Amino acid sequence: MFESPGISYATLWPVLLVLAVACAGVVVEAFAPRAARFNTQVSLALAGLVAALAGTVAVGAGSSLGASTGEGALIVDGPGVFSQGLVLLVSLGGVALFAERRLDNGVSAFAGQAAALPGTPAERTASQRGLEHTEVYPLMMFAVGGMMLFCISGDLLMLFVALEVLSLPLYLLTGLARRRRLLSQEAALKYFLLGAFSSGIFLYGLALVYGFAGSMSLAEIGDVAAEEGSSPLLLLGIGLMAVGLLFKTGAVPFHSWTPDVYQGAPTPVTAWMSAATKIAAFAAMLRLFYVAFGAEGDIWRPAIGVIAVLTMLLGASFAVVQTDVKRMLGYSAVAHTGFLLTGLLGVQTDAFGSTQAVLFYLTAYGFATLGAFAIVSLVRGPNGEVGSLERWAGLGRSNPWVAATFAVFLLSMAGLPLTGGFIGKWGVFAAALGAGQWPVVAVAIGSSIIAIFFYVRMIMVMFFTDPREDAAAVVTPSYATTVVIALSAVATVLLGVIPGPVLSLLVDAGGFIG
Amino acid sequence: MLTILVLVPFAGALITAVMPARPKAWAFGFALATLIAGIVTMFTAPDTDLVWIEPLGVHWALEMDGFGKLMVMLTVVLVPLVMVAAVKDHDKRWYAWALALEAFALLTFTAGDLFLFYIAFEATLIPAYFMIGQHGGPNRARAALKFLMFQLGGGLVLLGALIGFFVVSSEAGSPSYLISDLAQLDIGTNAERWIFVAMFIAFAVKAPLFPVHTWLADTTEQATTPTSVLLVCVLDKIGTFGMIRLCLGLVPEASAWATPVVVVLALISIVYGAVLAIGQDDLLRLIGLTSLSHFGLITLGIFAATREGLVGAMLYMVNHGVATAAMFLIAGFLIARKGTASISSMRGLEKATPVLAGSFLIAGLATAGLPGLSQFVSEILVLISAFDYHWLVGVIAVTAIVLAAIYVLWAYQRIFTGPAQLSRPVSDLDRREIGVVAPLLVALLFFGFVPGPLISAASPVVEPLVNVIQAGE
Repeated sequence: MFESPGISYATLWPVLLVLAVACAGVVVEAFAPRAARFNTQVSLALAGLVAALAGTVAVGAGSSLGASTGEGALIVDGPGVFSQGLVLLVSLGGVALFAERRLDNGVSAFAGQAAALPGTPAERTASQRGLEHTEVYPLMMFAVGGMMLFCISGDLLMLFVALEVLSLPLYLLTGLARRRRLLSQEAALKYFLLGAFSSGIFLYGLALVYGFAGSMSLAEIGDVAAEEGSSPLLLLGIGLMAVGLLFKTGAVPFHSWTPDVYQGAPTPVTAWMSAATKIAAFAAMLRLFYVAFGAEGDIWRPAIGVIAVLTMLLGASFAVVQTDVKRMLGYSAVAHTGFLLTGLLGVQTDAFGSTQAVLFYLTAYGFATLGAFAIVSLVRGPNGEVGSLERWAGLGRSNPWVAATFAVFLLSMAGLPLTGGFIGKWGVFAAALGAGQWPVVAVAIGSSIIAIFFYVRMIMVMFFTDPREDAAAVVTPSYATTVVIALSAVATVLLGVIPGPVLSLLVDAGGFIG
Repeated sequence: MLTILVLVPFAGALITAVMPARPKAWAFGFALATLIAGIVTMFTAPDTDLVWIEPLGVHWALEMDGFGKLMVMLTVVLVPLVMVAAVKDHDKRWYAWALALEAFALLTFTAGDLFLFYIAFEATLIPAYFMIGQHGGPNRARAALKFLMFQLGGGLVLLGALIGFFVVSSEAGSPSYLISDLAQLDIGTNAERWIFVAMFIAFAVKAPLFPVHTWLADTTEQATTPTSVLLVCVLDKIGTFGMIRLCLGLVPEASAWATPVVVVLALISIVYGAVLAIGQDDLLRLIGLTSLSHFGLITLGIFAATREGLVGAMLYMVNHGVATAAMFLIAGFLIARKGTASISSMRGLEKATPVLAGSFLIAGLATAGLPGLSQFVSEILVLISAFDYHWLVGVIAVTAIVLAAIYVLWAYQRIFTGPAQLSRPVSDLDRREIGVVAPLLVALLFFGFVPGPLISAASPVVEPLVNVIQAGE
């Protein structure tokens, strides 16, 4: 007889709610009149995310934490729920940025009609009629649903399904920029092709691991690997799966899409995606490596260590020579992936270990990057956003508050004390050093010095340089964007000044389980 | 009480930043309030110890020994004086940053927790960066960037040491960053040496010491003189403060192990800084480079690690702070009159500005270690310890006094003596400027003849340090 697997709806309803809202969004798109769509979609998405966030908090505080459900396909444990909550928080900010329509004369940052070729009469008509894509909200909700599943996936298949659910909407969203559409579409195509390849490689690795262990469940793979020791099959599988995940997080040598996509995608998408994807991908990566491949640590740690070193050095070095703010932040995101990988080299402990360090880093980085890109979307010239670093000169004099807030985000990314980034950096370095990975930590410190250079140079340009004639100006945004930026800044500072509560929460949440 | 001492200037910085009317008066008021708070803490200052970040073992722990008192007094006295000196050509942003700098500097001098020390150590850089970048010479943005890159680079290396302590401390049981707990840790020889190297690099950049001193002259050249005073006389002291408190205090064996190298670096700094100073045409670069020489002597006193050396180094830090502050401020007044810092374009100012010339000479001679002025006492103590360490070290160190006499007197001669050639009349110091300089000169004279209070504050701190080091040897 075939028994249907038991599913604990009590712990899974936040994820299901987000996916349901996504489906409802598609229905709205089909049936609601055009005029009502924007408001309906935005309020639906916001309400769904808030309810899901409340649900996640309830699950996190509840007693059923740590249970596996759906035949072990999903594992609702402390770190998983924490990362889900983080994804939801960042996504709330993302919705607010998506809905921003005051920056560009009453239209959103998304193309009026994606199907109209750039430069054709069809495109002109679309923009004259003030069309806009409200499909972006359901697309985003699908991606959020996928990310939430990714954080709690307990077996290989679920991992892959979640990866695809979160990736496909991202490819689409990347290509929808209203301005500089060719750049945006090129970025989307690049992202999609490389992403599809990496998914294929991931799937291949997954098959090999299944072939080795005879099971999809991460916990069982861990048991088998501990019992039988390493085999070429398993190692090849680990390597190929790692490629898939390293691609998503933008680690060298799989990083080449990052600056292009960060630059080409509509800035609200970049803001949300850079934070949320990284959170989900690292949550999945931690679980996979610690639970399923924990016994093989001696083999994958050196390899990941080398990748971390390359990622930090190349990311930071390339960021130094960028002249575009979004590309610079893109390469800085690569460098941050390297720092996070440094944290992955540590071990899970009962107290403050790797899991806590990486998740705290993601928290601090998530808010900083969300806020930083939100500010990038405000700095505009006659032809939309101004990416060129030189035209940001003198912003500290014309708009001291905006520039100062941007400086806070930059300082946090640079890891200066009294910002969340510092505690994050401290944590991942401590985790790695505790596991005896001092060479990697030494490189990490060196890369941090390089990274500080371009963050501080940005501050220098804003505050100490005289503005040029075509200097960018700050457009006053709607309240939603202002609130997102302000809250991100407050969170960034609070995480640095009183990190205790979040750290304790993470310590209480424990490690990833299988 | 110590918490209040730190919070008063910090609150002052915030209020100054937002105050629409008379922000400078508010800033000065807060600086005076900090001075009063500082004086009160000289008499009564119970230690504070509150848990701050529990999972990391970080405490909001403040404590103050005699050495801390000296540094706190130096800071709280210099800041209001500098504010008076800065009133004409600095806006309210500078005043707010100056108070923020004071708050973080006081926090480093009173921190009883290594993590707290580190946070304050790094946080001082942000105000300093903006103070250099927003006021000063035409190349100030570059100078600010160079300053910050050096300092943050050093800071990140120190972060390595900070994390190293955490790892050792968690392996020994529950993690704690209290300096008193860390001092009792049993660290393996290798780890201890690495931690020492990381800390020493950070403090050598801060102090600064050869070969990581190159930011110093560029910064003092471009920054305004009030900024330079806060940087060189207060902020750089954190470097030598850290060497005593953290290098000798926490890893004494590794400090003894590294002493030969440190002594060589210190000697190079002493001679090289002084020789470079002699050759400078820019008065502000000159004063900056003299400090390199002085910091070499302070470091020498610290690592010779005798009673005389350590007491001398602590006194030296105070006296150098006062003397160099006077030098910078007087030079600033001079430059404001002449519109240039180039020594070769000044001549014969003695007759037009006798008070300015006289105070420059007193401050300069104090810098050169003339007996009867306060720096002499500390210099002699350091030199005694240098001879104790090795006669050759002593001989090289003594050249500092000769070279110092050359750079001070030759600069004086070029600026103030000779036939006057005044294209436009130059006024002497006005009452505000005298009010700034006079307390510093009086302090130089007073502590030259009565060094007792300083020595009795420093001695009790030195005793345990020397005992630990001798036990280690």
